[in-house]
Amino acid sequence: MSAGTSDVAISGAVPDVAPRRGGVLAGRGSALAAALIFAALAVLPPIASAIGDPFLVVTATRIVVFAIAALSLDLVLGYGAMVSFGHAAFVGLGAYAVAILSSHGIDDVLVQALAAIGACALFALVTGAISLRTKGVYFIMITLAFGQMAYFFMVSLSAYGGDDGLTLSARSTLFGLPVLAGDIPLFYASLAVLALAFLGLRALTLSRFGRVLRGTKENPVRMQAIGFRPFAFQLTAYVIAGALAGLAGVLLANQAEFVSPAYMSWQRSGELIVMVVLGGMGTLVGPIGGAIAFLLLEDWLALFSEHWKLGLGVLLVLLVLFTRGGIAGGVERLFGKARP
Amino acid sequence: MFNLFLLQALNGVQFGILLFLVAAGLTLIFGIMDLINLAHGVLYMVGAYFAATFTALTGDFLLGLAIALPAALLFGLVLEFLIFRHLYERDHLDQVLATFGLILILNEGVKIVWGAAPMSVPIPELLSGSIPLIGPLQYPFYRVVIITAGLATAVGLWLLVNHTRVGMLLRAGAVNAPMVSALGVDIRRLFMLVFGFGAMLAGFAGAMVAPILSVEPGMGDGVLILTFVVIVIGGVGSVRGAFVAAILVGLVDTLGRTFGPIVLRAVMDPSAASQTGRTLAPMLIYILMAAVLFFRPSGLFPAKGAAA
Amino acid sequence: MSEALLAVTDLRKSFGALHVTDGVSFDVRTNELHAIIGPNGAGKTTLIHQLSGALKSDAGTVRFTGADVTRLSMVERVRRGLARSFQITSILDGFTVLENAAMAVQARSGSSFRFLRPASKEAALNDEAMAALARVKLDDRAHRRAGSLSHGEKRQLEIAIALATGAKLLLLDEPLAGTGHEESAVLVALMQELKQSHTIVLIEHDMDAVFALADRVSVLVYGRLIATGTPEEVRTHPDVRAAYLGEEEAA
Repeated sequence: MSAGTSDVAISGAVPDVAPRRGGVLAGRGSALAAALIFAALAVLPPIASAIGDPFLVVTATRIVVFAIAALSLDLVLGYGAMVSFGHAAFVGLGAYAVAILSSHGIDDVLVQALAAIGACALFALVTGAISLRTKGVYFIMITLAFGQMAYFFMVSLSAYGGDDGLTLSARSTLFGLPVLAGDIPLFYASLAVLALAFLGLRALTLSRFGRVLRGTKENPVRMQAIGFRPFAFQLTAYVIAGALAGLAGVLLANQAEFVSPAYMSWQRSGELIVMVVLGGMGTLVGPIGGAIAFLLLEDWLALFSEHWKLGLGVLLVLLVLFTRGGIAGGVERLFGKARP
Repeated sequence: MFNLFLLQALNGVQFGILLFLVAAGLTLIFGIMDLINLAHGVLYMVGAYFAATFTALTGDFLLGLAIALPAALLFGLVLEFLIFRHLYERDHLDQVLATFGLILILNEGVKIVWGAAPMSVPIPELLSGSIPLIGPLQYPFYRVVIITAGLATAVGLWLLVNHTRVGMLLRAGAVNAPMVSALGVDIRRLFMLVFGFGAMLAGFAGAMVAPILSVEPGMGDGVLILTFVVIVIGGVGSVRGAFVAAILVGLVDTLGRTFGPIVLRAVMDPSAASQTGRTLAPMLIYILMAAVLFFRPSGLFPAKGAAA
Repeated sequence: MSEALLAVTDLRKSFGALHVTDGVSFDVRTNELHAIIGPNGAGKTTLIHQLSGALKSDAGTVRFTGADVTRLSMVERVRRGLARSFQITSILDGFTVLENAAMAVQARSGSSFRFLRPASKEAALNDEAMAALARVKLDDRAHRRAGSLSHGEKRQLEIAIALATGAKLLLLDEPLAGTGHEESAVLVALMQELKQSHTIVLIEHDMDAVFALADRVSVLVYGRLIATGTPEEVRTHPDVRAAYLGEEEAA
């Protein structure tokens, strides 16, 4: 077995995973697409200040934060074949970890991030273990219900703002230093988290663990017949994804300097799914592209009408109805990119 | 205390009955068509808007209701024709996306047509007032009407499912849809029928609550989630399960909100008890769902038997 | 005579009133190829599901290497060396041929909860997988997408995956299903060669293949074994002729 032949296998692995839903940014160009997206994001702050539009950085931070959340959902949805409809709950829990600790005078971002990851991992472990006892429509409904449970918990938690949410007195600090106080440092910190998440998930999906997860997505019975129990792998992926989404929540709380139960609503979970599918599930660069496209589309539609959600809804329905293989397939055909 | 319990139990049953009306159609749609429909809650909302509009037009709630029901049926059939029949063959993710899009459309749509402000429907003269329960205890007559109408619908559904040919096909379809199709039954027409009828039931529930709740955009979203909890607890595809689970969820939710803090006061100081109680009460039904799932992953009355 | 590797005693399975497996007992000796034949609807596939652990048995026992495995899941049985192939090809189309086999090696080689190193570069896994592929003559296809193989090659891959699990006993569920004449000849030669190293339970419709390969044959009719013996004994067994071969001739 030479090293050269191994390389064939590894480069072939990524596009082969999702033959049906490749997405706009799938395929062999994905590494290039990722490099371009990260480069473009990295040079955005100087450009924003050059053209005198500092708000651009704020928008970009929001995009990067949701890209992290979408990326984490993709591990569950695209690689694990679990249609989870409660993913926004993890983002919200992460955000609340910041707000609640901050209201008690704990402002250090490392402590907050650890708390967020711990809380989200625990919530994912418990709800995932119960949800994964079921399949199909059950799984979708149950994850949705658990997401709502977290939502209502925060709504009724009047000590921390309840329905109205909670405003942060200041952004998180690092060892007492207000390193995230400026919008540009926060943007770069978020971008760094996104880059680390991207590289980490890339390694993970190609690892032993990731290979079993991808195999389970394609054919769970075959995986059992060679001696793997899908449950343990799917649950682990669910927990990792939950923790990463919690990290996105930490950044979101800092970006908005405000948290509210609305972050956890099921519409948010639906939007995250749209981002992942729009960009291309089962690819890592896809959800990032999907988050960019979705949030820009949202801003753009909002320019025309307060009823922009109507436009989004019509777009979703039309894409599903008139494209074979869902949205990703349709967008693909729109761009005339044929797949083998 | 007992009087309060009785009133709240009745409220719980009334709430459960409404959930059952929404869940009955949806559980069949899930069970028979294996279709995940997130947009069922907006059908409830549309039913409420229809009732409000036709009541305003005719000046009479009962007449408005009589027009709202066929309108909801028609609306369901149009949606089935335009969207849902194209989703049966798709995977769950496509269904989730399309019906999620439909929610966005209809929630915004009602805002455009009827405005974002809540509408209210007066309780009709005939059905207003209260009836005596025991002693000085009174209960609003309209809520009794809702319970009665819901129970009558449940009995009608039971007769339909257990004693008619269509009902037999529905039961068989929930267990094995391809088999029903192989028997030469036009499964597409059966689907259309179930969907339209389910839409009408959801619309009926919406219309019935129009006089006691405010009619507003997004009012179906919360109901949708509760309906999911009901279906998961009852077992996908089982109308009987939906009924039992709906009453259970209605009671647990209503009683939990009232008596949770009271019960907790026995073990902790009053302010902490009311705070904890108010926080935990909304979670009770989800905890109930988790508990049921833990012991019976296919719900209380699984239509597909142990294999599913 | 070598001892029984697999011993099945009074195994039962009913679906409602239908007794699909109705008191089946037989054993498979180490290094024999034991074929199970029977007309359509005899319950062969149900039986193999019960042996592999995909279906729970209502009653009876399955012992493998001396231990009772009746209550064990498919995963636990695979880990003990009882591997199956599928009647309807069940491979991972999106992965390479090599990865299909390497995944089976991975399942028994250390923890799969490793998150960083690329699995497809693990030489130890790939080497063993290549060895399994070489035994089924698929090593030259190792880097093709499994979905792009021909039907016969996919059937070969099914067997390679079962081999790669490190199985002592292979349960082959109609490996010749849907193959053409040439493909089938390749697979028969392959099983002939596998007999040297593995104990095999073969469920197959192709009588020529069964009588060419099997050391012993059991005949399953309506959930009951009506005869077990050498191919010659079974061929001349009056009940078998009546219940099975007669039916074939009539059809």
